Amino acid sequence: MNQKKFKSQTFPQGGVHSADLKLSADQPIQPLGLPQTVAIPLSQHIGKPAAALVAVGESVKVGQLIAKADGFISANIHSSVSGKVIKIEDVMDQTGYKKKAFVIQVEGDEWTATIDRSPEIKRGIAFSADEIRAKVMQAGIVGLGGATFPSHVKLAVPEGKTAKCLLINGVECEPFLTSDHRLMLEHGEQILIGVQIALKALGIERAMVGIEDNKPDAIEHLKDLTKNYKGIEIHPLKVWYPQGGERQLVKALMNKEIPPPPKGLPIDVGAIVLNVATCFAIYEAVQKNKPLFERVVTVTGSNLKKPSNFLVRIGTPIQQLIDVSGGIPEGTGKILSGGPMMGKTLLTTDSPVTKGTGGIVLFDETQSHRKEMLDCIRCAKCVSVCPLGLEPYLLMAMTDKNMLDRAEEERITNCCECACCVFACPANRPLLDYIRYGKTTVLQRMRSRQQK
Amino acid sequence: MMSPTLIYTILVLCAIGVISAVILFFVAQKFKVVEDPRVDEVEQALPSVNCGGCGFPGCRAFAEACVKAETLDALYCTPGGNECMAEVARILGKAVVEQEARIAVLLCNGTCENRPKTARYDGAKTCAIAASTSSGDTACFYGCLGLADCVTVCPFDAIHMDQLSGLPLVIEEKCTACGKCVTACPKYVLELRKKGPKGRRVYVSCMNKDKGAVARKACNVACIGCNKCVKECPFEAITLENNLAYIHSDKCRLCRKCAPVCPTGAIQETNFPARKPKEESATVTAVNENKDNESEKI
Repeated sequence: MNQKKFKSQTFPQGGVHSADLKLSADQPIQPLGLPQTVAIPLSQHIGKPAAALVAVGESVKVGQLIAKADGFISANIHSSVSGKVIKIEDVMDQTGYKKKAFVIQVEGDEWTATIDRSPEIKRGIAFSADEIRAKVMQAGIVGLGGATFPSHVKLAVPEGKTAKCLLINGVECEPFLTSDHRLMLEHGEQILIGVQIALKALGIERAMVGIEDNKPDAIEHLKDLTKNYKGIEIHPLKVWYPQGGERQLVKALMNKEIPPPPKGLPIDVGAIVLNVATCFAIYEAVQKNKPLFERVVTVTGSNLKKPSNFLVRIGTPIQQLIDVSGGIPEGTGKILSGGPMMGKTLLTTDSPVTKGTGGIVLFDETQSHRKEMLDCIRCAKCVSVCPLGLEPYLLMAMTDKNMLDRAEEERITNCCECACCVFACPANRPLLDYIRYGKTTVLQRMRSRQQK
Repeated sequence: MMSPTLIYTILVLCAIGVISAVILFFVAQKFKVVEDPRVDEVEQALPSVNCGGCGFPGCRAFAEACVKAETLDALYCTPGGNECMAEVARILGKAVVEQEARIAVLLCNGTCENRPKTARYDGAKTCAIAASTSSGDTACFYGCLGLADCVTVCPFDAIHMDQLSGLPLVIEEKCTACGKCVTACPKYVLELRKKGPKGRRVYVSCMNKDKGAVARKACNVACIGCNKCVKECPFEAITLENNLAYIHSDKCRLCRKCAPVCPTGAIQETNFPARKPKEESATVTAVNENKDNESEKI
């Protein structure tokens, strides 16, 4: 890393540096075998759950639409396997709550005829902006970085706003995770075609891809490829968490500040942010007619035998991914869905992989427990690392004392839940637990006030 | 001899005093707040704990509402109870509807033995936050989280955590049914129920809405929705909804026929005298039989 060939950009405020631990960075993406049954939740995105289209007992094919988007902010759900729907029941997903899901018994692997399964790369884009948006919506594509916001909504610029630049998030700032990294190395060209498709849908010319400089191979690879793709620039970014956050990325690449949430969106400064995996999904949907029913998932952990990257059908039980990677090692204390900073602890490994699952991280006993909470010593480390300039210690106290008006004044709703404050706190205080609860409560209050 | 400066000073100060008094007198006349003296009286009669159980911000506001209201039908001070309301009615010369005394009841019996832990919760130690992060650290997603939000909010010190069972314990003499714990509980496992004659109550101590097998696997004393108590009840006081039985206290006549037929023992009876030995032995066999049947079914 000492002989850097490039100057890296970053955002100016807060953030932390944590160990990289990208154990699976050299593992090529391998397709995971078909499971015996899959559980496909009806709600895998932000917004309203999709409305079921098939009933128990019906046979489905790979890529068949099984649940339709219910409302503007919602997404289609497709079957990831062929077989029979055996039940529709509540299944524990990664949120820690039970949600309605199709349980499908796998029989064979029969794909719907419209999907183009040939390996060749289709370069020419023969669709208009409206057609692209319709295709993206049809394919049920959501933000694959983890927020799972429906992509067709992002590709439609609201009236009164103008898009200037498309930002592509290849940062992958969470430690351990490597799914986007592998995707950029192995499907770089498809990603760039996906970016071009998105540019066409938005009617703009310029795209910037941000990649953290701990992935020099991906940066080199994409830089080589962009020679043939006009308007797409590759920008190395400093390894600094949360570089991949929407606000941080816009600040680092465009040097612009998004107005504060909940109203401020990247489009207010003319930016649209998409993840590299989302761009790949857009390519597959538009050029290959393939709906979103599989994604790349990293399975990793310090004690795991074979940290790997898999191409997984949505709905596969997480247990199967771990089994193929060598099984749960002895002394595992915690299994996370997502990265160690923002991921959620799984209550059961029977939970299915959903559209938002980017990685599974296994922690051993010593890594997985929090240390005893001590009193706040007013060192203000949480304040200095907060990338949004908030005062986490204060917000925690406000929430604890139920002083929600004051918490609102202190902009608790700006919090992006990046967990830098918890990472930095020397007194092991559960700052984010409180802030997240306070934030949801304050947002609820604001909403009910608006309704009045 | 006093110096003239001193005299002038005294005179000027006196003059200011007199003028101010006159101004104040007229201002007080002009902006006089006429307050019903009965508000004070009513407030005196109230328990002055400002618990908010009546829905008003404190006892004073409740007293004002009582004086203003035409009838006292919709107003009731639960901590004060019937005696207090009778006093209020006497002061105001209005009629008051007597209400039966109520008490907070825990609808979960998932003690450490009955409901094994399946995960370890490591986060902030309040129920509200625990409930927002996941559905709980046991296989039952409906039961008590045991992090004592109800204990924190109780203004009467009427709820304590039982260290052995890990569940909150309502102290019967202290609970005034103000309902603060009911609103604070994110899992809705606290309910205000009729206190009952001599504190006798029969209720289903479970909130699990899962199917029988799932519920039973998560907790030994879960209601499995077998419908036996519904059939047994001679007064149609029990209904079954979402695999969960509920005893309606307005219809229940405390005959206790439902408790022995419950295969998991989810129905609780409080403050009853012990069952007669003869009856008890019959009951025990009945329970055993039922348990056998149930295990076969599962």
